[in-house]
Amino acid sequence: MIRLQQLHFRYPQSTFRLNIPELEIKAAERIAVIGPSGCGKTTLLNLISGILIPDQGTLISCGIDLKTLNDSQRRAYRISKIGFVFQEFELIDYLNVRDNILLPYFINGTLQLDESVHARAQELAASMQIDQYFSSRIDQISQGERQRVAICRALLPQPQILLADEPTGNLDPANKRLIRDLLLEHATRTNATLIMVTHDDRLLDQFERTINIERFHEVVETA
Amino acid sequence: MNGILRLTFRYLAYNKLKTITLILCVSLALLLPVLLQFGVVQFEQDLLARARSTPLIAGAKGSRFDLALQSMYFSRAELEPTTMQEVESIQETGYALPIPLALRFTAQGAPLVGTTLDYFEFRKLEIEKGTSLRRLGDCVIGASLAEKIQLKPGDRLMSDPLNVFDLSGNYPLKMRVVGVLGKSGSPDDDAVFVDLKTEWVISGIGHGHQSINAATDKDLVLKQEDQRTIANAAVPQFNEVTEDNLASFHFHGQSETFPISSIILVPADEKSEVLLLGMYDAENSVLQLIRPTEIVNELLELVFRVKQLFDMNTLLVSVSVGLLLALIFLLSLRLRKRERQTMFQLGSSRSTIWKLQLTEIAFILGTSLIIVFGIAVVFRIYAYQIMRFLFIE
Repeated sequence: MIRLQQLHFRYPQSTFRLNIPELEIKAAERIAVIGPSGCGKTTLLNLISGILIPDQGTLISCGIDLKTLNDSQRRAYRISKIGFVFQEFELIDYLNVRDNILLPYFINGTLQLDESVHARAQELAASMQIDQYFSSRIDQISQGERQRVAICRALLPQPQILLADEPTGNLDPANKRLIRDLLLEHATRTNATLIMVTHDDRLLDQFERTINIERFHEVVETA
Repeated sequence: MNGILRLTFRYLAYNKLKTITLILCVSLALLLPVLLQFGVVQFEQDLLARARSTPLIAGAKGSRFDLALQSMYFSRAELEPTTMQEVESIQETGYALPIPLALRFTAQGAPLVGTTLDYFEFRKLEIEKGTSLRRLGDCVIGASLAEKIQLKPGDRLMSDPLNVFDLSGNYPLKMRVVGVLGKSGSPDDDAVFVDLKTEWVISGIGHGHQSINAATDKDLVLKQEDQRTIANAAVPQFNEVTEDNLASFHFHGQSETFPISSIILVPADEKSEVLLLGMYDAENSVLQLIRPTEIVNELLELVFRVKQLFDMNTLLVSVSVGLLLALIFLLSLRLRKRERQTMFQLGSSRSTIWKLQLTEIAFILGTSLIIVFGIAVVFRIYAYQIMRFLFIE
């Protein structure tokens, strides 16, 4: 499903290096990515989503070699294959819950917003127990509910890969487990690959595999 | 609804105060130059149209501007009067049709124009309701004035006293409204027209009172000279001309000495116009003869100079407002950086993200333009009155 080989990446004018000799993630696999801050967890997600382009090596996802894609092709890949959940939720404060869930359809001309999408959004919200807040503003709901809105937004376009970048980082322990379980449950139900970055060891038990990204990270002395 | 439009409206509605403030700022920055330009163009058109339709104006020597503006727009000005003798002199030359104007009084604040029936013909003024002037004490009123003071043929209209504290001065005359003019889109719409003789009655040159019998009305007789009886101030004067007292109205003095404010001259041909201008160009001439178009062009030069000052000021204000708006937009862009980043990560193209920002700016500018357009349309209707108030009255 996702294959990284001899992959090298560095940010311009930075001592940060990410070198991944071999990493394979199977379809529908549930993976937790761990490692200290600044070791490249978010970078790995951005590489898989096509936002960043590796300097060297191969990155094949859903059968597509991401290095060969141009900007618009990578964008099309991101729209059709990837769902993103962020630590800070990244919801739009001037939209209500429903419009936040539907956001990918407002900003991507390739996604067709029709009745079935509206119905699916309603269904997803109900499954996350936030459908009663459909018309509420974002500042009127709790942190845990905001993250559930963000998960609905990521799941609505039915992605094959769900990337969650520390989605539980800002939540209390009860909500952390709830959000993790929701992600796992929906990934299982939709047969999506789940890659979740976390700092919390207590959440790792439900994942099939844990990758410590620290082993791929190195800091290079600059001249 | 298109996704970008939906997001734009949601953002603008969520930030109502900011949106309204920005729209008001842009509207105000645009409004002043637009209205000024609009007003000046309209003013120029109206002024020139009236001036072009008024070939020559004669009046006592003094301010040429006052003479032109009072004769064409009935503005308040203290013109030195001239006499009916000048009208007769011009008439005798045969070079032009002289139309005398007496413009000293007002009625309910509107200018009262004493003239002859030639004026109506010259200005192509049609009576829409009622009839034209028929006898002493009649008046015809302009369409806008009739609407404003709610008068119709058959009603009465009182002239205003020139000075309420001057006991020896003129007394107001109750005039009979006999007609209402059709709308002409000119100062005639806001004026009251009377015959010259009626104006002279208002000014006190003519009057009507009960006839005095020297033998029976001893209290009313000041002195008796041969066949002539001179009445004293106790004789009650009529303040309204009626069919019954019409015959008692009379004028004292020679009609050629009676005052008028100015004379509109309608030359017979171009040659006559040149001859008339030459006639009154002499140093010893008691009258000055002006071409209204020349005066109006001079006035417009003044207006344009004032406008240039406004334009300079407006330019500076607009640049400041523009820079402030740019700053607001830049700060807004910075504040919304994460929103743009999220949209990009969710698959939006950079062009879509910029389109979103530009649509917001376009909406604010568009709404401001609509507001400016709306106000400009309303202003256009009143431009003439406003500019007249600013530059003539």
